[in-house]
Amino acid sequence: MSVASLEARAARRRMWRLPIRDSWAVRIALLIVALLAIAAIAAPWIAPYDPDAVDLARRLQGPSLAHWLGTDHLGRDELSRLIYGTRVTLGSVALSIVLILALAIAVGGLSGYMGGRIDQTIMRFCDCFLAFPTIVLALFLIGILGTGMVNVIIAIALSHFAWYARMVRGLVLSFRQRDFVLASRAAGASRVRVFFEHLFPAIMAQMIVLATLDIGHMMLHVAGLSFLGLGVQPPTAEWGVMIGDARPFVWSMPMLILWPGLALLLSVMAFNILGDAVRDRLDPSLHGDHQH
Amino acid sequence: MSETLTIENLHVAAQHGHHDHVLVDGVSLTLRRGRILALVGASGCGKSMTCSGAQGVLPPGVRVTQGRVLHNDTTVAPERLRGRVVATILQNPRSAFNPIRTMADHARETLRAVGRFDGDWRSRTLEAFATVGLEDAESVLPLHAFEMSGGMLQRAMIALALLSDAPFLFADEPTTDLDLIVQARILDLLDELARRRNLGVLLITHDMGVVARLADEVAVMENGRIIERATTREIFDNPQRIATRELVEAHMSLYPEVA
Repeated sequence: MSVASLEARAARRRMWRLPIRDSWAVRIALLIVALLAIAAIAAPWIAPYDPDAVDLARRLQGPSLAHWLGTDHLGRDELSRLIYGTRVTLGSVALSIVLILALAIAVGGLSGYMGGRIDQTIMRFCDCFLAFPTIVLALFLIGILGTGMVNVIIAIALSHFAWYARMVRGLVLSFRQRDFVLASRAAGASRVRVFFEHLFPAIMAQMIVLATLDIGHMMLHVAGLSFLGLGVQPPTAEWGVMIGDARPFVWSMPMLILWPGLALLLSVMAFNILGDAVRDRLDPSLHGDHQH
Repeated sequence: MSETLTIENLHVAAQHGHHDHVLVDGVSLTLRRGRILALVGASGCGKSMTCSGAQGVLPPGVRVTQGRVLHNDTTVAPERLRGRVVATILQNPRSAFNPIRTMADHARETLRAVGRFDGDWRSRTLEAFATVGLEDAESVLPLHAFEMSGGMLQRAMIALALLSDAPFLFADEPTTDLDLIVQARILDLLDELARRRNLGVLLITHDMGVVARLADEVAVMENGRIIERATTREIFDNPQRIATRELVEAHMSLYPEVA
């Protein structure tokens, strides 16, 4: 076996090794993300109560054995609502990212491939989206589209896709004149085939890094818009909605704000730390021990 | 009459603001199957642009302004040419392979591109690898470009060119990035394949040693035009133009005792 192939194997192993050896922060972040994923997927089996079951006789109770995190102003189980809320938050963020990537690859890919006037037009159009802070743009889009979860997803996707589209365009520009792309075209491969065979994997690696760094930020968007009553609507169990619902009880029952707030804080931190770790792992230029 | 590929009156220009900078200025060439035509000239004279222009794979900002390509006297669009009529070997074998794809992936891609992918792609690939002298072809399939030597990679690229079964081959400086011993072997391989498979080869090079070894005919380019064409023997024995003479003399000065 040659040295080169041994090196390749080592690199591949490094790539797929779980990041648990990296640091305590990354380990804990990974644990939190895993718990969130389990909560989202298995919500109906692990939640002790129906998250929407109103029981006015047991409203605003503190933590007890029956209700670990207490109950809210309608007597709904706080823990169950928190677990079901994971679904809504993570689900809408995941859908937003899928939509963003699809839009960005279509728009950025077209721009980078076509070049010239089409490229300029598309990029100026993207600049319009880049000119505003994402939350302002999202609020503006909700104003046009109306409230609701689907509209929140669309608003988040539209307010973020331009950043990704620019990056896709840059990657397409830098890759399309690479020798292996030319070789593939000269061998008769169509542009579409060249794109999916050679450009797509390179683009996706970068997109995944950017997306993981953005998950936390998008979770805050979903929760923030829902808190303002612009996103997910009550009575759906969602963290922002829960914080909004608990507002009148901030002095009498501060715990009702604390739980969803804490869930949001921990998950956003976990995704940010994990995003950094993923970037470090996928960006070969940051590997101190692997430079040529 | 044998199968031919003709580049007719090809003009390629780069756009600089509002006016064009001409890179290839009315080049006409005819390739015949079984013959090797060398296109020689100093760096930047438009050799590679002629090749990319004919295939329609020019870099951004550079375009074909005039000219056409004929396959057996019928005009062919560049995209119908690529892979099907003309296979290509690039200069730098190391960068001509996608670093994250294996040789098997590249072979599959090449076959798919020309619509020749089917159940026995593997045996055909192994056969092509064996033809170009890659020993133990089976073990080459799962390798990535960085796991192979430059000579192996250039052989693999030639194998991919054979796999497409195109009757013509454009070889753009096929040996420039290789060391001398590997160069000699690759040249022998190209020579042998061109004869045995009856390929029409356009050999782009600035190395008169390569020309002397392989080519049947030579076309000399300068400033985007072909300034002289002749058989290889005539070019070396009796070069007509100054640029040609310089190329030949530069080559001969490397081997003083032979000259």
